[in-house]
Amino acid sequence: MTLKTRIIPCLDVKDGRVVKGVQFVDLIDAGDPVEAAIAYNAAGADELTFLDITASSDNRDTIFDVVARTAEHCFMPVTVGGGVRKVEDIRKLLLAGADKVAINTAAVNDPDFVARAADKFGDQCIVVSIDARRRQTRAPGQHNMDEWEIYTHGGRNPTGIDAVEFAARMVERGAGELLVTSMDRDGTKSGFDLELTRAIADSVHVPVIASGGVGSLDDLVDGVKKGHASAVLAASIFHFGTFTVGEAKDYMERHGIPMRRDSNAGEI
Amino acid sequence: MSTVTIIDYGSGNLRSAHKAFERAARETGTGDTILVTDDVEAVRRADRIVLPGVGAFADCRAGLDAVTGMVEVLEERVIRGGVPFLGICVGMQLMATEGREKAVTKGLGWIPGSVVRLEPKGGLKVPHMGWNTLTFRQSHPLLQGIPDGETGLHAYFVHSYHLETERPETLIATADYGQQVTAIVGRDNMLGTQFHPEKSQTLGLRLIGNFLRWKP
Repeated sequence: MTLKTRIIPCLDVKDGRVVKGVQFVDLIDAGDPVEAAIAYNAAGADELTFLDITASSDNRDTIFDVVARTAEHCFMPVTVGGGVRKVEDIRKLLLAGADKVAINTAAVNDPDFVARAADKFGDQCIVVSIDARRRQTRAPGQHNMDEWEIYTHGGRNPTGIDAVEFAARMVERGAGELLVTSMDRDGTKSGFDLELTRAIADSVHVPVIASGGVGSLDDLVDGVKKGHASAVLAASIFHFGTFTVGEAKDYMERHGIPMRRDSNAGEI
Repeated sequence: MSTVTIIDYGSGNLRSAHKAFERAARETGTGDTILVTDDVEAVRRADRIVLPGVGAFADCRAGLDAVTGMVEVLEERVIRGGVPFLGICVGMQLMATEGREKAVTKGLGWIPGSVVRLEPKGGLKVPHMGWNTLTFRQSHPLLQGIPDGETGLHAYFVHSYHLETERPETLIATADYGQQVTAIVGRDNMLGTQFHPEKSQTLGLRLIGNFLRWKP
């Protein structure tokens, strides 16, 4: 018996609709995040993540409705990220039915926000989401070295902050989990940035979720075996039906990674 | 038809617990009314009582104490009245004699033992976060229809501390995570789960359904 490695489909939600598109055959409305959540729940996903990328504050409340409707049907952990700036934002998401919140920009701007949030709601509820891009540095007389710089505002703003150092600081403040996304790899289908994932996973005691770049089932295996991630997050390979969650679990299991194979998702 | 109260003392994601209990009540056909409340009188009248809880032990204890009369009504109904009780996560940990998270804090003292930090071997991550199977240490009506062991169903855990029981007869189930982790404790009319049944899909809904039918 061991803890199972988690597979986490991620849904990008804008104004209450899925934006990358989800192409399940059995969905009535492929743009409805709740339908997609129900389909993933039935398919054996271990958790779900919604990233709210709604730009206008007018439509921010749509995510609460999405989370609330999801909680009616899916009895599995749900994380919500995007636009989480205040303790009140977290409280509203939890009351709607979220289990964890992912904090990105606000964690960089005000690291104490993470500490306040963790004190109030518990470490287990606070995921710090780290968007990082590779950069090369060169100390005098040394070889070029790769490191990773974190970005905020959905990857638009560089910060000059080193990702591995930042990760350690966030865990000190009370982050219970880290969602590490390689911006170099995101959307490329060329696999996780395994060095980034491993550098962070090996330096903190909390679980790390690998994200950004999954194109094949081998990428998922590598994220765990080489990246040392506790969970893998993917969007398009599942949304576009390239692979089902079940196929991903079969494959990872064949490669020696323990998977949860409870036969179905709902009935008593 | 009976009433189940889920105690709201400012801790956690009560909507998902509410929805899971409603679903289980529908599917088991018990038709119970599920009430999320901080009203001491409603808890006094309840046929079944659920104490959820997330976050730190001391904060949850303080939150519970902040609702005037709640601890007293719990003692009255659960200990003296024999009302079926389910504690979830920190709600389960509060059943212990004391918590040793940050500071030493008194629990409800229903299950002799302490809540201590996990110390898994092999450099495993803390919190213990995710899906794990259970090993039943004894049979219990709330485990009916739930397979355990390697090929059994999974429960969703997320915690850094667990309840070390002093008396083996109160230990109902464990999980394996680089150490023996207490998963379920109980005695008489009370049960507590370290994992989240409301987040544990099939296993969780079955356990909640069993709780709704339980006649201790």
